[in-house]
Amino acid sequence: MIIVDSLTKKYGGFTAVAHVTFRAEPGRVTGFLGPNGAGKSTTMRILVGLTPASAGDVTLLGRRYADLPNPGREIGVLLDASAQHAGRTGREILTLAQRTMRVPRSRVDEMLELVSLTEDESGRRVKDYSLGMRQRLGIATALIGDPEVLVLDEPANGLDPAGIRWMRDLLRGFANQGGTVLLSSHLLHEIEVIADDLVVIGNGRIVAAGTKSELLEAAGTFAAAPDPAVLAAALTEAGHSAEQALGGVRTDADPAAVGRVALAAGVPLTELRPADGAGLEEMFLELTKDNAREEVAA
Amino acid sequence: MSTAAVMENPRLAESERSHTEHAPIPFRTVFGVELRKAFDTRSGFWLLAAIAAAGVIATGAVLAFASDSDLTYDNFAAAIGVPMTILLPVVAILAVTGEWSQRAGLTTFTLVPDRARVIRAKLAVTLTIGLASMALALGVGALGNVIGTGLKGVDTTWDLSFSSILYIVGADLIGMLVGFTLGILTRNSAGAIVGYFSYWFVLPTLSMVLAANQSWFEKAQPWVDFSFNQNRMYDGGFSGQDWAQFATTGTAWLLLPLAFGLWRVLRAEVK
Repeated sequence: MIIVDSLTKKYGGFTAVAHVTFRAEPGRVTGFLGPNGAGKSTTMRILVGLTPASAGDVTLLGRRYADLPNPGREIGVLLDASAQHAGRTGREILTLAQRTMRVPRSRVDEMLELVSLTEDESGRRVKDYSLGMRQRLGIATALIGDPEVLVLDEPANGLDPAGIRWMRDLLRGFANQGGTVLLSSHLLHEIEVIADDLVVIGNGRIVAAGTKSELLEAAGTFAAAPDPAVLAAALTEAGHSAEQALGGVRTDADPAAVGRVALAAGVPLTELRPADGAGLEEMFLELTKDNAREEVAA
Repeated sequence: MSTAAVMENPRLAESERSHTEHAPIPFRTVFGVELRKAFDTRSGFWLLAAIAAAGVIATGAVLAFASDSDLTYDNFAAAIGVPMTILLPVVAILAVTGEWSQRAGLTTFTLVPDRARVIRAKLAVTLTIGLASMALALGVGALGNVIGTGLKGVDTTWDLSFSSILYIVGADLIGMLVGFTLGILTRNSAGAIVGYFSYWFVLPTLSMVLAANQSWFEKAQPWVDFSFNQNRMYDGGFSGQDWAQFATTGTAWLLLPLAFGLWRVLRAEVK
């Protein structure tokens, strides 16, 4: 369980994070979504005490991070897979974590196996690792203390499609065992397939939060017809929003209502479904548009 | 790298997982990890290996080139001590700056959020390595002295008093503290090493030139120049006034910058 309460971080006159409030619940994967520079990494660094907050509180498992007696045993953290001494081997980096947390030495090999780093790869220096291998090593470091909470900043960066699939299954399994997962991404598709709950941040502010299904519902319905303009007109007539897109219409009406309207108007439907997938992406762009960094660069 | 297999996350045995309360990490653990970090990179390993190698080579050089009357313990210890005096502060610098220059601190300070603890462990590691290296130097020097005088058939001379040894060890430890302080202040390996060599080679030269040309500075130098006082320690025999000068300059050049650097390190963002 992570509780973030009204977190604010100012750098001189610049507010990087403003009154950020959300929760990450046990047994669920919480996706922290936002464009680059929105404040995701700053928020996560404050969570684990690397950056002091200007105002607000964070508690993890009921305590401030700094008050955890052995943080690695309770919170697994991966903020930047490249932030390692390039001259150490992967195995050495895991060994340092294992010794600091005082877990059995066998955990090092268990974790190497879990993240599919071979004996040979674990003996190489990190400067010779690909980004994907660094991410795997970072995940291994986060999991070695058998924590209850995972805090991961862009963990899928640099992973190949098979690696992304692996990571998704791993995090799902972790949450199913009762763990709390908070992971950030600027890639919508990545988060859409794994997260149960979503927190969307733009320019340092939370712009949307809720379960994935709630947020997808808000994204409405997509219906395709041979003549989308007629369908759009009929929907508008019936008092729904209607926006022509991708050879069809996107509307806030639920699929049943769209079907009734189409039937009454005599419009044949070729496709009718909740506007997920592309829907979340549109929502994300929509929600963050006003707060996107390039637009407020002044 | 095989990505096909998806494995369950192996959990620790139930006996290892007391989810109620974990024991705090003891200081000896942090110390042990920091000591390991001084050796486990190529740069750290070769630096320490170079210090040991320089000691052996210096002993060999004294054996090979010194005249019979120069085969004294003082000369052996000095030959070994000089490369060590120069290299040991670099060990101190790298122990601190790696966390920032290599960004390893992201992991270090997440696993041990109390940064002061990590810094204390690094300081303890630095001084431990320093003392161990100097013990090694004195040991190798003694061995060289015995073997050398034995080979040449001259009397073995033990002309280094215990108090001189204490002065030398003290001066070397001060040098390491200067390196440590520069590491804390700059948090950058290259910057700290350049700063250290400026302190060690450039500053004393400038100070010496100034003292030679300006008589007022010659009188003031012991009260303002810390490296001057540090160098005097190698000759030993400090008077009360010497100690006062040492303490005055040490406070200004070492303790105050160190305190300022620590104050910043404990508050700064780790990125």
